Amino acid sequence: MAEEDPAKAVDRQGDKKREPGSEEILRVRGLESAFDTERGVLKAVDGVSFSVDRGQTLGIVGESGCGKSVTAMSLISLLPRPAGKVLKGEVIFKGEDLQKVSETRLHEVRGGEIGTIFQEPMTALNPVHRIGRQVSEVFRLHKKMDKKEAWEAAIEALRMTRIPSPEVRVGDYPHQLSGGMRQRVVIAMALACQPDLLIADEPTTALDVTVQAQILDLIQGLQAEMGMAAILITHDLGVIAENCDVVVVMYAGRVVERAPVKKLFANPLHAYTRGLLNSIPRLSLPPKSELNTIPGMVAPLSEMARGCRFCQRLGRRSSLGDERPELREVSPGHWVETCPECCGGEARESV
Amino acid sequence: MSEGETIGPLLSIEDVKVHFPVRSGLMLRQTGKVKAVDGVSLAIGEGETVGLVGESGCGKSTLAKAVVRLLKPNAGSVVFEGTDITHSSSRALRPLRSDMQMIFQDPVESLNPRQSVRQIIEEPLIIHREGDAAARRRRVDELLERVGLPANSGEKFSFEFSGGQRQRIGIARAIALNPKLVVCDEPVSALDVSVQSQIVNLLLELQREMGISYLFIAHDLAVVQHVSDRVAVMYLGKIVELASAQAIYKRPCHAYTKALLSAIPEADPAVERERILLEGDVPSPINPPEGSAFGHRISHPRYEETVGMNLGLVEIEPGHWVARDPCCLSESDWAKVQSLPVSSPP
Repeated sequence: MAEEDPAKAVDRQGDKKREPGSEEILRVRGLESAFDTERGVLKAVDGVSFSVDRGQTLGIVGESGCGKSVTAMSLISLLPRPAGKVLKGEVIFKGEDLQKVSETRLHEVRGGEIGTIFQEPMTALNPVHRIGRQVSEVFRLHKKMDKKEAWEAAIEALRMTRIPSPEVRVGDYPHQLSGGMRQRVVIAMALACQPDLLIADEPTTALDVTVQAQILDLIQGLQAEMGMAAILITHDLGVIAENCDVVVVMYAGRVVERAPVKKLFANPLHAYTRGLLNSIPRLSLPPKSELNTIPGMVAPLSEMARGCRFCQRLGRRSSLGDERPELREVSPGHWVETCPECCGGEARESV
Repeated sequence: MSEGETIGPLLSIEDVKVHFPVRSGLMLRQTGKVKAVDGVSLAIGEGETVGLVGESGCGKSTLAKAVVRLLKPNAGSVVFEGTDITHSSSRALRPLRSDMQMIFQDPVESLNPRQSVRQIIEEPLIIHREGDAAARRRRVDELLERVGLPANSGEKFSFEFSGGQRQRIGIARAIALNPKLVVCDEPVSALDVSVQSQIVNLLLELQREMGISYLFIAHDLAVVQHVSDRVAVMYLGKIVELASAQAIYKRPCHAYTKALLSAIPEADPAVERERILLEGDVPSPINPPEGSAFGHRISHPRYEETVGMNLGLVEIEPGHWVARDPCCLSESDWAKVQSLPVSSPP
């Protein structure tokens, strides 16, 4: 709001006011990741900052190619090598910068303290091993259990994800399970070591709506039980609305808006967020009416403007010209990229 | 319509069954069958959109293929413009092919990467011997413009385009011959929301201009409800509810429809909704339960009653059809339909 000194607010990018008692588990500051390609170095993530508290769910939403997944991969240094690399930025996980730690320490963190779930469960599972072996591997690696203990622990982990008769299923191969059941196995592996943070990249995109509801319900339940923080990456604003506390809206590698979920949906400030929200067909719209669209297309990474990228898509000139619009806190917890053409209402007044 | 007789539906299918054999063992003997579509009746009027929803594996795509006779149904009949095409040979079907076209889910797989966009869109015109080379060229340019692709797109290849643009190429190909019916199999499922709404708008515009009928298949009930006049809900090879798009949304009768509707995440955190969480998965169509398939999934106490019962559709309200199934209807709805005769919707 207006009483905030904007310059100071920009400095605190990546921070956020915390309620007493809540503990910050992850803080990302100025993350930049790029890929080496034939057409030069292409920056897929261009200065992304956010933070996640214990027990909180942060949603990252945006269209394909906006850098959601690359952001997630960068957090745990899983970008495809040698093409992908993190150029800049800090990833502070429980007080430790994951960009600076050794590979050995990273091995401990991945799967131990940070669990991950990816979109397609079939590619996350090895088709030639029984699921029991794959789940128990987590226990053998991170908890140094022996084979038998790990197998028992795997059964318990599968039971936790409400797979019916886990003591039988543990001997199945991935192809014997349905899509929803496979995703439960992946969740069992991700949560086996009771991680502090779960990164879920489009965990339900490949599933039917009914199964999606089951899986999201399961993740929410387990998260509450374990007091775990989560980063949920999706393109579905409905999933965001129902599962997240804080939302980061990404466009073309940058954060264009960041706000608590209720604020974002009640009062979206950036034109891109509004465009996204308006183009969803809602059950309450009159049938066959024309849907709102966002004109234009995302520019290829190699032709990305330095200035406001949403203005570039709409083919208009930002009054900031080539200058990158700043991400500012315009009301408590509500950050928006302040391109005068793209943000409306109170945000524009405060700029 | 052209013959001035009674205007029947453009397409009607009756009691269509598509079963696939399951073979196993050394001799690959048939050991069972997958009842992908198991007795479906449906009619599509001129200029009408019928939406078809259901979970993966419920037989939506198989039904779509049977409708345009890319598959031969094992039983039942498919009547297109008054002609029974159930048993027509592919040669006999060829002239009709220009009237029924299909748009597929994956624009990458359904467009030949070795053909230019012009070749892709021109191909149906060549097959159906429409005009000479110059006329075809003009027609392709016209189509490109109509679906909103840049004028120079014809000489490019499909992989040079984004997902939404590729879907536009698929649409241009489908409407090249001015079809009467276009079957859209998950046309927007692979697209981002902002692009999805562009494609939905394009399909709606084309329908208004050309009077095309659509059979619109998707698993996203919100999209289907938006584009359709009527919606059919499919579960395990059967239609369990069929009604106007408004009625399906405002007054769903079947428990499965209710569950599907409640599973759609609403993009509004202020709305607190009661969610019906379905346990389990769709049962296997190889060994479907003997009674009510949905009643079995939710272990309904009245499941036993439904074994051997005719669970066909009844008209609970004018134009609103629902399976006559005690497991899936509310007490009051069941009381209403209990005595009604099972029949198939006209």
